[in-house]
Amino acid sequence: MKALAFAAGLMTASAALAETPVLTVYAPDYFTSEWGPGPAIETGFEAQCGCDLQFKPGDLLPRLLLEGQQTDADAVIGLNTDVTKQARESGLFAPHGQDTSDLTLPIAWTDEVFLPFNYGHTAFIYNTERMADAPASFDALLNAPDDLKIVIQDPRSSISGLALVLWVKAVYGDKAEEAWTKLAPKILTVTKGWSESYGLFTDGEADMVLSYTTSPAYHIIAEEDRTKKAAIFPEGHYFMVELAAKIAGTDQPELADAFMAYILSEEFQTMIATGNWSFPAKLDSSKWPEGFKELNLPEKALYYSEDEAAALRDEAVEEWRRALSQ
Amino acid sequence: MASRLVAISAAALVIGLIFGPIIAVLLLSGRLPGLTAADWQALRFTVSQAFLSALFSTLLAIPVARALARRQFPGRALLVTLLGAPFVLPTIVAALGLIAVFGQKGLVNALLAWAGLPSFSIYGFHGVVIAHVFFNLPLATRLFLQGWLSIPAEQYRLAATLNLGPRSVFRTLDLPMLTRIAPGAFAVIFVICLSSFAIALTLGGGPKATTVELAIYQALRFDFNVGHAATLALLQLGLAMGAGALALAVAAPRSLGTGLDRVVQRWDTSGLAPRLTDTAAILLAALFLLTPMTMVLWRGVFDLTSLDAGVWRAAWHSITIAAASTALSMTLALALANRWGEWLSLAAIAVSPLVLGIGLFLIVRPFVNPFSVALPVTAIVNAAVALPFALRILRPEAEAIRHDYDRLSASLGLTGLAWVRFVYLPRLRRPAGFAAGLTAALSMGDLGVIALFANPDRATLPLQIYRLMGAYRIEQAAAAALLLLVLSLGLFWVLDKGGRVNADL
Repeated sequence: MKALAFAAGLMTASAALAETPVLTVYAPDYFTSEWGPGPAIETGFEAQCGCDLQFKPGDLLPRLLLEGQQTDADAVIGLNTDVTKQARESGLFAPHGQDTSDLTLPIAWTDEVFLPFNYGHTAFIYNTERMADAPASFDALLNAPDDLKIVIQDPRSSISGLALVLWVKAVYGDKAEEAWTKLAPKILTVTKGWSESYGLFTDGEADMVLSYTTSPAYHIIAEEDRTKKAAIFPEGHYFMVELAAKIAGTDQPELADAFMAYILSEEFQTMIATGNWSFPAKLDSSKWPEGFKELNLPEKALYYSEDEAAALRDEAVEEWRRALSQ
Repeated sequence: MASRLVAISAAALVIGLIFGPIIAVLLLSGRLPGLTAADWQALRFTVSQAFLSALFSTLLAIPVARALARRQFPGRALLVTLLGAPFVLPTIVAALGLIAVFGQKGLVNALLAWAGLPSFSIYGFHGVVIAHVFFNLPLATRLFLQGWLSIPAEQYRLAATLNLGPRSVFRTLDLPMLTRIAPGAFAVIFVICLSSFAIALTLGGGPKATTVELAIYQALRFDFNVGHAATLALLQLGLAMGAGALALAVAAPRSLGTGLDRVVQRWDTSGLAPRLTDTAAILLAALFLLTPMTMVLWRGVFDLTSLDAGVWRAAWHSITIAAASTALSMTLALALANRWGEWLSLAAIAVSPLVLGIGLFLIVRPFVNPFSVALPVTAIVNAAVALPFALRILRPEAEAIRHDYDRLSASLGLTGLAWVRFVYLPRLRRPAGFAAGLTAALSMGDLGVIALFANPDRATLPLQIYRLMGAYRIEQAAAAALLLLVLSLGLFWVLDKGGRVNADL
């Protein structure tokens, strides 16, 4: 291990010779890969900051909590509302200092620590070539014949899976477990993450997949394929927002502030739609890319604040587990 | 004396690599909370599926390996290599191949519908076992095949001279070999299946198929309850070590005697019945293992040209890592080829990869930025993870060599390096080539700890496949998976072949 540390020490030492200030931003793996929005953000921000923006991908919050005050991060991007309570209580974050009164989210945003950069809603995606009429409401889905097969993600290992459990809770409240019991025979299987589910759906194994209202935009824009659609339910869809935040103990506070401002800039916001396949948090819908304007949007966004979600989470997951274990 | 020192340092390295991270995680949490009702349920499911998966993999491998050992036909060597494919693929890719065959809209159900029969659902407890047999049957088959090839040809000649019938040949020659190989094969497969997570959940159809590894993942990533994760990780490790100790204790250690390394000819298997059973065993195994692989090929082949530079760079990283971890793993395996070494190495696949990654992160971090050492750390961890397989392959042969040739070596005064050079390595070449091939292929296909702290530009091929899938690029992911399959099998074939140069089989 010593030789390893030595060799690595040499590598980092040579990197430190450069004088440009470095802004270290922790982000989820999908965000920083060459197919995510990371590279474009890096180019865009570096053109104006005179700095070196370095993304460090991985499990955001677990890593931050492990590192505590010694973290190298100056900012983070890609947090989710389901973990903000835990993140806030760690005391590692500073206010973002941005004006959030004119965001274009379907809900009002007043959080001073976590700054939204894009959003979407949970939705079931179907293929119009294989299913002409998708269920027109959540109730219709629950009462659909059992040969309609859906794939979902596990709420214990996946953010979208957890959002689904909260969605069902928001629609059915005390009757959530009953709803799950009705849905259970239609659930072909439950996967660890979103990718496995979506792969099963595109392979034709399932009729519908739990994904996002923005998923069809990828197929429209990248593949000119208009057969993938989100089934819109009048009961409402669970709102999912992705967030950025500034680390309180950063040694680059000005750069971190500049990065927060950049996130809400029009340059960032026009790029994020096709970069991360989500709706921009601060961009009028007239400026959305063409494919996004075609998307079916829910009339109603359902949303639990982080305190409500934290209070409901364990019970809602347990209801899900009980109903699907029978 | 020198060899003892080598063995002790190898053991120390393995212990440090596996138990160091667990201790780091334990120190961080400072406490070990008790188990919940859901944990017990997960534990029951984990153990029962692992037991049945290991049992079926081991039992079904016997007829297949026997058939491959006693039949010669064109393409046999290629078939033996190809049958190993499921074992080396990333689970997500293999699972999609498996579902393309056995799933709702798969080939099997298409055939059933065509024949007017009711459809079959893969999702459920049986699906978990089928998937695990699919992954592990190749390993068990190769272990038994190697066992059969290690029975000296002279013994079958003698049996023929004595006019022994098939039943007597089985009892006197085959059975002792089987009792020597089977417990270890069972143990290693049981331990791999203990830490299954994504496959068990997907094929299991829902939360009934919750494994201990899923509970660890949940504790670490969602609840950030490090203590709970540490408790579960220790439990998983304890189970694996217990099962390993039991299996290695019951395995018969005796050797089968020496021979002149002639090609085995069998006189007892020319009847119609053994011929039919052998043909059936080979055909069924090939159908079961190769059809899903063909589906993986089919899904990927049309998009091969769409692969960009990032994927090729990742492929190069993966090959480098595979080469480094193979070299390290083989060095460790040659030093640790005894019962204790094998038992110890089981811990490497029993410890939760997530706990291992987080523990290593905690250990490395005070000295160096973990991101900058992602590739070397991945190579070291991959070497440790491949060690139990390498040892399972090498140990029976290594011990047989010591047992069979020690007296001769002693009377000739062959000791130390000369003994290693003229006796140990030449006789170990076939299993060593196989073990190196398997290690390289496993390292290629394993997502490993790199997912926990990878730089964007230092990805491996399995990680790129997950990233492509996460970015909707399912077709490109399929093409990258095909590339991975070809590279893994290629590495395996080259190394395995290298071990068989100048050998008759």
